[in-house]
Amino acid sequence: MDTRVAKKKLGLKERYAAMTRGLAWETSYQSMDEVFPYDKYEGIKIHDWDKWEDPFRLTMDAYWKYQGEKEKKLYAVIEAFAQNNGQLGVTDARYINALKLFIQGVTPLEYYAHRGFSHAGRAFRGAGASVACQMQSVDELRHYQTETHAISHYNKYFNGMHHSNHWFDRVWYLSVPKSFFEDACTGGPFEFLTSVSFSFEYVLTNLLFVPFMSGAAHNGDMSTVTFGFSAQSDESRHMTLGIECIKFMLEQDPANVPIVQRWIDKWFWRGYRLLTLVAMMQDYMLPKRVMSWKEAWEMYAEEGGGALFKDLARYGIREPAGWKDACEGKDHISHQAWATFYNYNGAAPFHTWVPRDDEQAWLAEKYPETYERHYKPRWDYWREQAAAGNRFYNMTLPMLCTTCQIPMLFTEPGDATKICYRESDWRGNRYHFCSDHCKGIFDHEPEKYVQSWLPVHQIYQGHCFKPGTDPTKEGFDPLLAVLDYYELNVGRDNFDFEGSEDQKNFAAWRGEALPAGGAK
Amino acid sequence: MSVVATRAYDFPAQDVRENFPAPLLYIGWEDHLMFCAPFCLPLPPDTPFSALATAVLPGIFGYHPDFAKIDWKAVQWFKSGKAWNPDPAKSLAENGLKHKDAIRFRTPGLEGIKGSHA
Repeated sequence: MDTRVAKKKLGLKERYAAMTRGLAWETSYQSMDEVFPYDKYEGIKIHDWDKWEDPFRLTMDAYWKYQGEKEKKLYAVIEAFAQNNGQLGVTDARYINALKLFIQGVTPLEYYAHRGFSHAGRAFRGAGASVACQMQSVDELRHYQTETHAISHYNKYFNGMHHSNHWFDRVWYLSVPKSFFEDACTGGPFEFLTSVSFSFEYVLTNLLFVPFMSGAAHNGDMSTVTFGFSAQSDESRHMTLGIECIKFMLEQDPANVPIVQRWIDKWFWRGYRLLTLVAMMQDYMLPKRVMSWKEAWEMYAEEGGGALFKDLARYGIREPAGWKDACEGKDHISHQAWATFYNYNGAAPFHTWVPRDDEQAWLAEKYPETYERHYKPRWDYWREQAAAGNRFYNMTLPMLCTTCQIPMLFTEPGDATKICYRESDWRGNRYHFCSDHCKGIFDHEPEKYVQSWLPVHQIYQGHCFKPGTDPTKEGFDPLLAVLDYYELNVGRDNFDFEGSEDQKNFAAWRGEALPAGGAK
Repeated sequence: MSVVATRAYDFPAQDVRENFPAPLLYIGWEDHLMFCAPFCLPLPPDTPFSALATAVLPGIFGYHPDFAKIDWKAVQWFKSGKAWNPDPAKSLAENGLKHKDAIRFRTPGLEGIKGSHA
């Protein structure tokens, strides 16, 4: 009788080695430097690529299995949500505006991240790093798809979601996230990892995903919660990879330390500026609040980030240059940002509103040092004016920061009554910035940022009108021409929430009466 | 410092004067943060400086209840953050204003809605 011989099965470690490191080889008839032209020019020195650690030891076959199961559950929930008219179960139609911001501003970033990681994966000659980047690239593409799929249900019922990709390349405030990722993708592969894997995902992603998804749960949006959970389990892996790649660079050669530090300084600040949008979402856009931006900042940035930078001190890394200013900003940026969208709501495809009395009381409680002193008076004034039929819409284009591209809305550290102006001259031209850190980023690489596509300047250069537009024609309205170029439905996608089609429809679907004379 | 790149990195600047119909001027009103940011305006260089107060600024800042109370003789001007004394009879260019200069004005005694600098 033949003895059955068990086929030798690879252990987890061996399997990981075979499915990742085993995929690489040394080139023979072309030099490695010609095949991999991008992983040395930034100055990062790698002596042993095998030291790259993937703590999850994730291989492609395991990836498909886990992600396939997750996707099945996700799409089951999304379908159930759609079949049960889940859009009627959210707290308030105002909440939907947070989703508009997400589909307009965050989802396209997932696609950029997919492209960036795909490129970084190709650029690294170390197989471990390359495989990790390729799998993250697939993650990011999935996120783009699942977010689009989950939010598309709302697009059937609410305005401001039908054209997010078109808007991403054109609408003024979307140039803020877009420029962040284009800056990252046009850096080298190591800078890209520092910007996205480390600064954005490791240091700041909790501030984005946790409040957004808890906000969705608190406001009855189970579809978004589900894609949030699905994405968040990948984010945890991305965060771990982010810290591992930073440690890998720092451990490989001491000459890498100052390069990485400069990137951390730059990308922490760029990421922090980008998250201004999340700050205002948390404090103003969620009808049921989860936690204030200030509380979230203290929990995730000050506590978590503080411990992280203590841990990195042994490599010679200090906290990012903008850290203290960012911590001070926790009392201000959400209020300043929401006021800006209130100003420019004529040109933004989502609705804004004055916070209601109970919401103002919440803001005063959460921001005892700043809300009533600096911000409440303008909201009260704007509400009075709106009630009198004189709702404030700012029609003149704002000055922008050349680096972060946000209107110059931030105030001086230590003085919330003064706008922070900084400027630099370079090759006979003048450039302006919202902070010392945006100025510092420009001053280090002026050649890069003199190419900034600043929406206000592009409008004035005549680049934001549809082909065939004649600005010399009698009665030409430049603002309407720009909104036409955006393909924004004027009167439906934009303007105040009070009186909007979203507000009226939602009340009608739920059989509710609209508040008389504006909400208090 | 400069960009680290694989080859020469030199591209034209997007926002040079020649790309605009008129030079850009940035204008901010101190202590009035109801206007969330300073404004950006293309203004012909031969515009008289006095036309700012009479023709340009009312259209952009006029919504604010303080605007009508401004005593233009008492207004303090700043250029690139430093105190500055423009001559209202001269043009923007004759006052030394160049493309993408930032100026601000302060209106003593007027500090926004209920003194909140808004």
